[in-house]
Amino acid sequence: MNDASTTASLASRIQLVRSSSGIEAWLIEDYTVPLIAMEMAMLGGSSQDPATKPGTATFLAGLLDEGAGPYDSAAFHDRLDDYAIELGFSASRDQISGQLRTLARHREEAFDMFRLALNEARLDEEPIERVRAQLTASLRHDANDPDAMANREWFATAFAGHPYGRPSKGTLESLPTITRDDLAAYRTKIFARETLKISVVGAIDAATLANELERVFGALPAKASLSEIPLAKPHAVGTRKIIDLDIPQSSIRFGAAGLLQSDPDFVTASVVNHILGGGVFSSRLFREVREKRGLAYSVSSQLAAFDHGPLHMGGTSTKNERAAESLSIIESEIASLANDGPNDEELDIAKKYLIGSYPLRFDTSTKLAGQLTHMQVENLGRDYMDRRNGLVAAVTRADAARVAKRLYGDGKLFVTVVGRPEGM
Amino acid sequence: MTTEPHSHKGPDIAHITLHNGLEIVVIPDHRTPVVTHMVWYRNGSADDPVGKSGIAHFLEHLMFKGTDKHPQGEFSDVVTALGGQENAFTSYDYTAYFQRVSREHLKTMMEFEADRMTGLVLSDDVVDPERDVVIEERRMRTDTDPSAQLGESLASTLFTHHPYGKPIIGFMHEIEGLNREDALAYYRRFYTPENAILVVAGDVTEKEVVRLAEDTYGRIPARGEKPERQRPREPDARAARRVVLADPKVEQPSVQLAWVVPSYKTADKGEAEALEVLVQILSAHGTGRLHRKLVMDQKIAVAAGAWYQSTAVDRSRLMLYALPHPDGTLEALEEAIENVLADIVQHGVEDHELRRAKTRLIADTVYAQDSQSSLARMYGSALATGSNLKEVTDWPDAIDAVTAEDVKKVTQKWLNRRHVVSGYLLKDEAA
Repeated sequence: MNDASTTASLASRIQLVRSSSGIEAWLIEDYTVPLIAMEMAMLGGSSQDPATKPGTATFLAGLLDEGAGPYDSAAFHDRLDDYAIELGFSASRDQISGQLRTLARHREEAFDMFRLALNEARLDEEPIERVRAQLTASLRHDANDPDAMANREWFATAFAGHPYGRPSKGTLESLPTITRDDLAAYRTKIFARETLKISVVGAIDAATLANELERVFGALPAKASLSEIPLAKPHAVGTRKIIDLDIPQSSIRFGAAGLLQSDPDFVTASVVNHILGGGVFSSRLFREVREKRGLAYSVSSQLAAFDHGPLHMGGTSTKNERAAESLSIIESEIASLANDGPNDEELDIAKKYLIGSYPLRFDTSTKLAGQLTHMQVENLGRDYMDRRNGLVAAVTRADAARVAKRLYGDGKLFVTVVGRPEGM
Repeated sequence: MTTEPHSHKGPDIAHITLHNGLEIVVIPDHRTPVVTHMVWYRNGSADDPVGKSGIAHFLEHLMFKGTDKHPQGEFSDVVTALGGQENAFTSYDYTAYFQRVSREHLKTMMEFEADRMTGLVLSDDVVDPERDVVIEERRMRTDTDPSAQLGESLASTLFTHHPYGKPIIGFMHEIEGLNREDALAYYRRFYTPENAILVVAGDVTEKEVVRLAEDTYGRIPARGEKPERQRPREPDARAARRVVLADPKVEQPSVQLAWVVPSYKTADKGEAEALEVLVQILSAHGTGRLHRKLVMDQKIAVAAGAWYQSTAVDRSRLMLYALPHPDGTLEALEEAIENVLADIVQHGVEDHELRRAKTRLIADTVYAQDSQSSLARMYGSALATGSNLKEVTDWPDAIDAVTAEDVKKVTQKWLNRRHVVSGYLLKDEAA
């Protein structure tokens, strides 16, 4: 059943729920397991951090469940635990997200706790200092981690002067300077109905959800005031940066400009990336770097469709003596895809995989709610679940070759290497 | 608030044994037309022969190298072309292989998986590069990471005799010596229908699974007897020990405290459940005692938690950890953790803590029902370590039966500071 019919029924099950004042959510009702999962997103994320205070969004996300409304941090957590409610917030580069999971019988308490966290987080001094210390410890933990170093250096150089060049989790210099006022200001600027997207899956009906939506989100201000972020292309493409660290293996990060999610070629680019390094046991990089030569355990590539600077990226970890060889294989596979495109067989297998595996993205309530929110954020439409496999099926070898050329161009990459690579 | 022990019982799970000894577990989940197909073998790194550490894990990699019937790459190509996902993992007590596919491809998965249960073909041409892959895997996970290196030392100090003290991936000098013959000898010993458990979760019925399994796995002749695990028993610890690793790359120090404790398989009735509740009381997110005392009240730690490996064939491990505030010492932190335990031994735990811990643990079983692969893993790992189906199904009742006195007793009995193993991760300032 490798066709669109597998998921067709799912798209028709999405209900559009609207509260009395117009808050909208996508709902899939399902009573198999007595739980409710909700995922919400607002545009913003760490790219909206003040320029001198990277880490603000991440800091705020970590504080929303540390005391809100009548409950201080301890009382808030006691209550979450009393009702086995799972609630949390996070910041990516482009979004602030919130997740909620509750047993259906604790629905009212759960939505109420989410409402408090979103609207009335207290930002008390005690949790501010505690979360600051945790974030600092986490930065220290990553300070000499080779993968984290390679990644940090990649973004700092490729996006120098752009918000994406600043670390989402902040720096040891920036964290001490972020004040309660900064956190509150960020919240005022970003938390708004204008960019809010909500999805709910599980044991709840549309009328009940409509009431809960109004209760939880109704008090948010209408408009956000997002700072303008220019569309950027990564700098330094065609160069390599080596960071010395005394370890037996080199951690390699590579990448260059990619395509926006809204680009008409995006689906085709996903197929091309799958062929290069997206497939776990079947990609070109897996076969050439790992299976044939034993150069690495992990090697992969992905499309990072950031709103203001989309990328194609990848990475591997390989022993210092053969790091140069690994990188040259990766570069030659990218060049070969750019020049010749994929062959018929690998295109066919990639398409079949992407089509057949689509339902695996929806097999838990949490994953399904996440996918629905992603579809809303990207404006893909409620019928996307029905259309998506058809889009993949329609990709021809000529399309793939054209888009591979467009995506990889002259094959040039910006590469960061952490370790003691030989011959680079 | 009461804990309301599982008003929702979850799916009806079937358990069958084929004529050749293969056990089958079927977990229905009809929400999406997808199945999770797993085969678990009752052998893991703790069954590696002496001097051959890492062989269970190496063989797991080599199981993707093909058979007479299906040469290297064919199985993975078929899984990919069917839109499936696959992988495998090795633990101390088991090795498991799985695919997730659309329901109508279940039989194809069974054919391939049954074929490689006895039909593996290995040549040096595929074994040699794969050994290099494992060597890179070890470098990536351990040899570039001081905290992973401390973890290895801590384990080998905790288990002085039992193979739980050896790393699953193996020691580098032994991985380098593993060869084709080692892999095949280990394979012939353990990869038999009597030693395997088939777990199928998803949009299937018991009848259908049994029919398909008979037609595929059922054709493999029984070996005649189950392979025996030969495990030395860890002697009771007599001494407290401290392992210290200082490395110039460490910017965030940490302390861990570890003990050998019973697993579900070895525990006296109720002890493993009481340890599970204890760990919840100590480390629940935002409410655990370690967080409240060390992070919030005393402000000597920035994070603290606990971890219990309850699913294991032999006596297992329980660990507490904390990250110090920049101005605090690891010694002071270790002392503070010991005081948290001493307080429980002296005064017991509060009723509301006990109630909360149970609510959370029992709710987790409902949350687990949302994921067919989580359920498949839960049942597979329990059966592969010697628990039975009823013990898994009745687990919420067993948790609900834990008393405050039980929690106090297991703390006193098992988490004794006189034989704790502590691990200190420090920055090497001299280097």
